[in-house]
Amino acid sequence: MKIITQKNHWRGDRLFYALTLLAALGLIGIVLVITWELVSGSQLAFSKFGWKFITNYYWDPVNDNFGALPLIYGTIVSSLLALIIAVPLSLGIAIYLAELAPQWLRSPVSFLVELLAAIPSIVYGIWGIFVLIPWIRTSVAPFLADNLGWLPLFQGTPYGFGMLAAGIILAIMITPTISAVSREVLLAVPNSQREAMLALGATRWETIKRAVLPYGRSGIIGAVILGLGRALGETMAVTMLIGNRPQISPSLFDLGQTIASIIANEFNESFDQLHLSALVAAALVLFVVTLLLNIMARLLVWRVARGPEGVGRE
Amino acid sequence: MSILKRSDSAETTRMPFSPANKGRSRRRKVMDRLMGGLAVIATMIALVPLASILIYVTAKGMAAINWDFFTQLPKPVGEVGGGLANAIVGTLVLVGLASGLAIPLGILAGIYLSEFGRGRLGWSVRFLCDVMTGIPSIIVGIAVYGTIVLTMKRHSAIAGGVALAVIMLPLVTRTAEEMLRLVPNSLREASLALGASHWRTTLSVVLRSAAGGVITGSLLAVARAAGETAPLLFTALSSKYWHTGLDQRIASLPVYIFTYAGTPFAELHRLAWGAALVLLSMVLVASILARMAGRKAYGGR
Repeated sequence: MKIITQKNHWRGDRLFYALTLLAALGLIGIVLVITWELVSGSQLAFSKFGWKFITNYYWDPVNDNFGALPLIYGTIVSSLLALIIAVPLSLGIAIYLAELAPQWLRSPVSFLVELLAAIPSIVYGIWGIFVLIPWIRTSVAPFLADNLGWLPLFQGTPYGFGMLAAGIILAIMITPTISAVSREVLLAVPNSQREAMLALGATRWETIKRAVLPYGRSGIIGAVILGLGRALGETMAVTMLIGNRPQISPSLFDLGQTIASIIANEFNESFDQLHLSALVAAALVLFVVTLLLNIMARLLVWRVARGPEGVGRE
Repeated sequence: MSILKRSDSAETTRMPFSPANKGRSRRRKVMDRLMGGLAVIATMIALVPLASILIYVTAKGMAAINWDFFTQLPKPVGEVGGGLANAIVGTLVLVGLASGLAIPLGILAGIYLSEFGRGRLGWSVRFLCDVMTGIPSIIVGIAVYGTIVLTMKRHSAIAGGVALAVIMLPLVTRTAEEMLRLVPNSLREASLALGASHWRTTLSVVLRSAAGGVITGSLLAVARAAGETAPLLFTALSSKYWHTGLDQRIASLPVYIFTYAGTPFAELHRLAWGAALVLLSMVLVASILARMAGRKAYGGR
C-alpha cells in the first residue's frame, strides 16, 4: 500500500517536472522559431544583394533596389539623440531617488516615473503628432536654428516631423527604463562605501561622484545599453513622428526612416517577394543588434546587482 | 540617511576632504548644492511629459467619448459620429487570448526556474527570458506572420493573440519565478514532511502563498500587451466590423489609433483621442491594480 502511493507520487512528480520543463524549453523554442523565421525569410534579399544590402544607400521598391544604409543611419541617429537627452536626465533621477530624496517622496516619485514606462507606445505617438510636433515646429526648431544654426545639424526647413521629433519622443520613452535600472544599481551599492567617504569629510555630491557612481559604473552602463536597445526597436511612436523617408541627411530637422518604422509602413503593402524579403532582412539586422546589446546589458547589470534577484539595500 | 547629514559637521574638522582653505570648502559646498539641485530639476523635467500626456489624453479623449463611442461601429470616412465598440471588444478578445496562452505557460516555466532550474539549463532560460523582453515587438509580429498567418493563409485574431502572448511570456515567467523564490523553504519542507508529493506541494503550498505576486506580474504583462500595436499590424490586422470568429481578422484600439491619427480628418482624430483615453485607462488601471496587489502581498515592498 505504502509503496504504491510512493510510486504514484513519483509518477506525478515526474509528469509535473516534465510539464514545467516543457514550458521552459518552450521559451527557448520561441526564440529559435523567431530566429529561424528571420533567417529563412531574408534568404532571398541576402542572396541577391549580399553584404551590399547593408552598405547600399538606396531603398527603392519601384526598381527592386534595396539597401538598408539609410534605415540603419536613421535608427542609430534617432537612438543616439535619445540617449544624449535621456542619459543625463535619467542619471539625475536615479541619483535623486536613490541618494537625495526624502524617504516619503521616494516611492511616489518612482511610481510616477514608472507610470511613464506603462504608457503604450501608440499613445506617445498620438501625443507626439498633436502636441510635440507643433511645439517643435513653433518653438524648439526655430530656437535651435537661431542659436545653433551654423551647425549642419540644425539647418533646413523644420517640418516638425523628422529626426529631432523621433529623438525627443524616444528620449521620453527610455528615460523610465534607464532611471529605474540605474536606481536599482545605486541602491545595490553597499552603504559602507558611502560611510567611508562621508567619514573622510566628503560632501554628499563627492560621495556620489567618487564612491557610489564608480562602484555602480558597469551597472549604469548596462542600464544605458538597455535603454539603447529599447530605442533601437521602438516602432509605433517613431513611425508616427519621423516622417518616413529613407534618406541620409545631416540635418536633424529632416525626415528620416528607421528599420522598425519602415517595416511598420511597408510590410503590409509589399506584394513583391524581394521587397518582403528585404524588409525581413532589415528586421534580422535589427534583431541581431538588439540581441547583442541586450546580452551585454544584462551581463553588466547582473554583475553589479548580483544576478537576477537584484539584491536591494536594506 | 541620518549618516549623510552629518557630513556638514565633518567639514570643519581636519580631514583629507576638508582642507583648512575656506574658499575651497565653500566651493565644494556650492557644488554639492548645485548637483543636488540639478538632480531635482532632472526629475521634474521627466514628469512634465507625463503630466502633459495625461492632461491631453484626458481632455481630448473626454470630448470624444459618449454612449455611441462604446456601442457603435466606426462610420465610413466623412460621416460624423460612430464609435469604436468593435475595437474595444477586439482588444479585450486579443488580450484575453494572449493571457490564456501566456499566463499558464509562464507560471509553469516560472515554477521550473524556481523549483528545478538550478543548473545550466535554468540559467540559460532565465537569461534568455531577460533578453527576450528586449526583442523589438515588431520582430515578434514578423515571426508570427511567417509561422501562423502564412500557414492559415489569412490574418486572424489567433495570430494576434499568439503575438501578444509571446510578448507577455517572458514577463510572466520572470515575475512568477521571483515571487516563488520568495516563499520560504520551511513551507515546502513542512508540506513534504506531511507526505504531500512534490507537485502537490508546489501547486497548493508554494504557488498559493506566492499568488499575490504572481497575479501582480501577470497583470503587468496584460497591461503591456494591451497597448502593443506593432505586432498586431501584420497578424490581427484590423476590421471595420464586429469580430465573427477567432480565425478572422479583428479590430483593436491601438491599430485604430494608428490609422486614425495618420489621416487628415478632424472627426477621425477625435475618435483616435477617445480610443487613446480608453486604452490608457485600461493600461493604467491594470498597472495600478497590479501595484496594489503586490503591495498587499508583500507589505509595501
